[in-house]
Amino acid sequence: MATTALAVETVEPRPRRRSRALEQFLRVFCRDRQAILGVAIIALVGGAALAAPLVSPWDPLTAAGVERLAPIGTPGHVLGTDEQGRDILSRLIWGGRASLLVGMLPTVSAGLVALGLGLLAGYAGGALDHVIMRALDVFFAFPLVLLAIAIVGVIGPGMNNQMFALAVVLVPYSTRVVRTATLSVKPLEFVEAARALGGSRRRLIARHLLPNVLPPLLVYTSTLVGMMIEASAGLSFLGLGVQPPTPDWGVMVGNGRLVLYRAAHVATIPGVVIVVVALAFNFVGDGLREALDPRARR
Amino acid sequence: MIVYVLQRLLGLVPVLFGISVVIFLTMKLIPGDVARALLGPMATDQSLAQLRHALGLDEPIYVQYGKWLWRALNGDLGLSPIVHKPVTELLLPKFGNTLILAGASFFLAVVGGVTVGVLSAARQQTVLDRAAMGASLVIGNMPPFWLGLVLIVFFAIDLRWLPSLGMYSSRGEGGLRDLLLHLVMPAVATAAAPGAIIARMTRASVLEILGQDFIKVARSKGLSERAVLGLHALRVAWPPIMTIAGLQLGYLLGGAVFTEEVFGWPGLGRQLVTSVIARDVQVVQGAALFIALSFVIVNLVVDLLNLYLDPRSRPA
Repeated sequence: MATTALAVETVEPRPRRRSRALEQFLRVFCRDRQAILGVAIIALVGGAALAAPLVSPWDPLTAAGVERLAPIGTPGHVLGTDEQGRDILSRLIWGGRASLLVGMLPTVSAGLVALGLGLLAGYAGGALDHVIMRALDVFFAFPLVLLAIAIVGVIGPGMNNQMFALAVVLVPYSTRVVRTATLSVKPLEFVEAARALGGSRRRLIARHLLPNVLPPLLVYTSTLVGMMIEASAGLSFLGLGVQPPTPDWGVMVGNGRLVLYRAAHVATIPGVVIVVVALAFNFVGDGLREALDPRARR
Repeated sequence: MIVYVLQRLLGLVPVLFGISVVIFLTMKLIPGDVARALLGPMATDQSLAQLRHALGLDEPIYVQYGKWLWRALNGDLGLSPIVHKPVTELLLPKFGNTLILAGASFFLAVVGGVTVGVLSAARQQTVLDRAAMGASLVIGNMPPFWLGLVLIVFFAIDLRWLPSLGMYSSRGEGGLRDLLLHLVMPAVATAAAPGAIIARMTRASVLEILGQDFIKVARSKGLSERAVLGLHALRVAWPPIMTIAGLQLGYLLGGAVFTEEVFGWPGLGRQLVTSVIARDVQVVQGAALFIALSFVIVNLVVDLLNLYLDPRSRPA
C-alpha cells in the first residue's frame, strides 16, 4: 500500500526585525576599520582609567622620589616626571577618569534633556514648539566655548560647574537634531496609522517616535564627545574646570606650560593623548553614522 | 532682495532682545548680595539699604532691566569693581586686538583650507590627497591651546624664529613688522582646526561639482585643469564653503580665547578668562554682550555675502 506522506514544510520562526537591524548595524560597523580602531583606543584608555589603581605604576599625587622634570625614557618613568616629580604616565592613567567623565557626562545629559525638549517641540508643534525653539535660538548667538566660560564665570570654577556649563551649551544643538528627526518621522504613514488605531500619545512617542529619533541623536552625540573632551580640557587648562592637584589631561597641559622652556614633554604628552582620544571618538561617531544612516554609507 | 535683507535685519531684533535678557538675568542669578559684596561684612543694614537704593537694586526686576538696557544701548556697561575702570573703556581696545587675531586667523583658515581642499579634490585618491586629508583630520582634532604650546616649543624655544608672548616686543620699537611677527603663531594656532574643517568641506564640495556635466563640457572644450577648477568648479562650490567658513567663525572665536591665553595676546577672550577667575561679573557681562553682538553681526554678514555670491539662494 502506497503511503502518502503529507509534506509539511517546516516554517522557520521569523527572526525579529529588531535583532536583524542590530545584526546589520554590527556588520556595517565592524567593517569600518577606523571605527574599530576608535573603539579599541577608547577601550584601552577607558579601561586603564577604570583600572587605574591596578595598572598605574605610581601614585598620581605624590612625587615618585626621582628628580623633577625627568625626561621621557627615565628608568621606572617611561614618560618622565612633571614639575613636582610626579610620574606622568600615572597621572595620564588617573587623569583619564576626570577627563573622560567631564567630556562624556555633559554630552549624555544634554542629549537626554534635548530628547525631552526636542520630542516635545517636534510632536506638539504650534506655539510650544515656537517658544522652545526661539528660546534656544538665543544660545546660538554665543560661540559654544565662550558661553561655557561665561556660565562658569557666573557659577564659579570647578569640575561639577564645568560639566553643568558644558551640558547647558550643548542642549540647544542636540534639541535641534531631535526636533528635526521628530518632524521628519511624525507625518509618516506608520505614525498616522498608529494614531488612527487609537494609540495613546505616550505610546506614539515611546514606541514610534523615540526609536526613530534615537539613532540621529546617538550619532550626533558620539561626534560631540571628542569635541567636549577638548573643550573640557581647555576649561581645565584655563583653571576654570578640574582643579589641581586632581589629575586631568587639561590640567596637566596647563601645569606643563609653566615649565615649557625646561621640559616641553610635560605639556605636550597629555595633549597627544587628548588628540588621540578625540580622534577615536570621531572615528566611532563616523562609524555609527555609517551604520545607522543608510544614506551616509559609502 | 532688499526686502529679504530688511527681513533678516528685523529678525535680529528678537534675537538681540533675547541675548540681552539672558545676559541680564544670568547676572542676576549670581548668589550673594551685591551691596554686601561692595561694602564688606561690617556694613550696617542702613548703609546696605542706602547702597541698594543708589544702585537701583530695590526696584522691580523689569525696571532694572530697562535701565540696564538703556545704559547698554548708550555704551555704558557699568564700572568694574575690580579694575575700577568703565567696562566699555576696558573692553574696546581688547576687542580691537581680538579682531586683529580673529581676522588674521579667518584669512589663514579660509585661504589655507580652500587651497588644500581644491588641491586634494584635483588630485583625488593620490598620495597628496590622502596625506592632506589625514593631516586635516588630525589637525582638526588638535586643541588650540595645545597646538599653541607645540608651536612655541618649535618656533620660539628650539628655532628662536618667532616671539612667543604679547602683541609687541617690550624692547622693540613696535610697528607693523613687530605686530605681524607676534601674530604668526597665535593666528596659525587659532586657524588650524577651522582651516582643517574648511579643507575637508571644500574637497567634498569640489568633488561633487567635478562630477557634473558642465565640468565634462568644460574639459571636452579643451580648457586647462586650472581653468576648470578655478573658473567653473570653485565658483559653483563657493557658497557651501562660505557657509561652513561662517560657521567656523564661532569655533574660531572660541579657540581665540585659548590662544590669547597661551600667547599672552591682550584680547577680549583673555580678559574674559581673567575676569571670570577674579569674579568680575560686570566685565564678564560686558564681554559676553560684545561677543554675542559681534557673532550675530558676523553671521548676518556671512548670510548676506552668500546671498550675493549665490543667486540660487536668493528668494524669488
